[in-house]
Amino acid sequence: MTQTADLLDPPMADDPAPRPAEPAPPAARRRLVPPEKLREIAIGAGSLAIGVALWHWASATNLDWIVDFGNIPGPGKVFAAFWGHLGTEIFYTHILVSMQRILVSYLMAVVIGIGIGVMMGRSRFARACITPYIEVLRPIPAVAWIPLAILMWPTEEASIIYITFLGALFPIVLNTLHGVEQTPEVLVRAAQSLGASRMAIFGHVVLPAALPSISAGLAIGMGVSWFSLLAGEIISGQYGIGYFTWNAYSLINYPDIVVGMLVIGFLGTLSTAAVRVLTAPLLKWQKRTR
Amino acid sequence: MLDVLKYQRSGQPKASNGKGAIDIDRVSITFGTGPTAHRAVETTSLKIMPGEFVCILGPSGCGKSTLLNAIAGYVKPSSGSVRVDGVEVEKPGPDRGMVFQQYSLLPWKTVYENVAFGPRMAGKSRREAGSIANTFLGMVGLRKFGNRYPAELSGGMQQRVGIARALANYPSVLLMDEPFGALDAQTRLMMQESLLEIWQKFGTTVVFVTHDVDEAVFLADRVLVMSAAPGRVIEDLRIPLPRPRSTDMGSMPDYIRARQHCLEVIRAESRRAFEEQNA
Repeated sequence: MTQTADLLDPPMADDPAPRPAEPAPPAARRRLVPPEKLREIAIGAGSLAIGVALWHWASATNLDWIVDFGNIPGPGKVFAAFWGHLGTEIFYTHILVSMQRILVSYLMAVVIGIGIGVMMGRSRFARACITPYIEVLRPIPAVAWIPLAILMWPTEEASIIYITFLGALFPIVLNTLHGVEQTPEVLVRAAQSLGASRMAIFGHVVLPAALPSISAGLAIGMGVSWFSLLAGEIISGQYGIGYFTWNAYSLINYPDIVVGMLVIGFLGTLSTAAVRVLTAPLLKWQKRTR
Repeated sequence: MLDVLKYQRSGQPKASNGKGAIDIDRVSITFGTGPTAHRAVETTSLKIMPGEFVCILGPSGCGKSTLLNAIAGYVKPSSGSVRVDGVEVEKPGPDRGMVFQQYSLLPWKTVYENVAFGPRMAGKSRREAGSIANTFLGMVGLRKFGNRYPAELSGGMQQRVGIARALANYPSVLLMDEPFGALDAQTRLMMQESLLEIWQKFGTTVVFVTHDVDEAVFLADRVLVMSAAPGRVIEDLRIPLPRPRSTDMGSMPDYIRARQHCLEVIRAESRRAFEEQNA
């Protein structure tokens, strides 16, 4: 054994050097964010500032060229409205209710969506059965579901959750299916030759191979579930950030419309980022590729 | 010429346990049916001895990989049977270790987990499988890379892990489908020598598919030359070089003659095929 190791061990030309020791040099430790990244952040912030300034200028001068800014509140008014809401309890209730709905609908969509996607990817029969439903239902926008959802479900809450769930479901199903289909045949063959059973091949090969695609589907699904939720909350007469926005429109409270929109945008981004952070550990083998 | 090529095997592997006999009995393989049917392997019969190192040599698309896949159990023969140690091959199994041309390590498992995978599937405990993995990673000189992911390794290193992974199941037959085809020339040479080292130690039967004449002659006890469309064995040649082999044997008369002979057989066959096409 030792002899073989000696014969093979002399560093072959293509062996990468062993990984550097853990403690990083002090210079690298001080800069937690690499300079290129800082530059990107700075450019992004500058670009955003210019956008806000243009918005301010357009609404302050009542610009009416292609887009009419006459009734659009400027950033100052919107921020003032937002600041005012931060002191009220109801504002947080709106946000909390929306987030709860997202959480419930999204989790259901994750479990059912991955389940359906895997079934379709593994069984031709299941795929043939389910595909037509997906093809027909997927293009229907969330808003179009509202009347039927109200008829279908006993409570408004259930209708909203249903609509939100549907929004998240399709991207998760399709990405899971895509991921399962993409499993390289050679890996399945390798596992077969190593004595893996069908179940083991599924758990050790098919599912991990699909994970990058599934996690992309999870992130997309989170984004879609937010704009479906907004459609759904038009139904609700009480709480939710979508209701808040819609209600502001009914009350002709223009700054609040924009506050609602921006809060939705922010929560959507935040929750999508959360999905990415939560799925990252499952994909660490990919990260280390680079 | 033939008496020069007479079989004289020396330095035969000691570890051979008498297992790993392959019997290919009137096997033909056809893909598809009707007018689009493609005959990949013409009726072929072969016997491979336990512990023998056999190279199947032929141009790409000649059906050599298909024949290998039939031994592995990925492809079912359209007629005839493949037996390994008297048992008919019906599906892939750990008694026939497989090394592929493309990288086939599971990218989400570390090198160590990849090698331990087979023993785990065979029901070995985590500890037992781990110690087997370490043994074989040591054998291919990669024990200290156990915690890396495959993508962090060079092509040659990945293939060494692939060999360790196949051997960790103690297969009676090692099937290799152009395993070094994607490697650069130097790495390739080094891998060939490593493989012979391991084989010498392990004594398992090896069926090695390649389109490289030098590789076949350098490695094999016996070279089977295949021709294309439909694939069939047109020459069964013993390589009379002593073992252990070393790279400087490239200048030995026996080596040169064997190599020349393979090339002539291949050239004659391609000329025949060419004339047939233009007839």
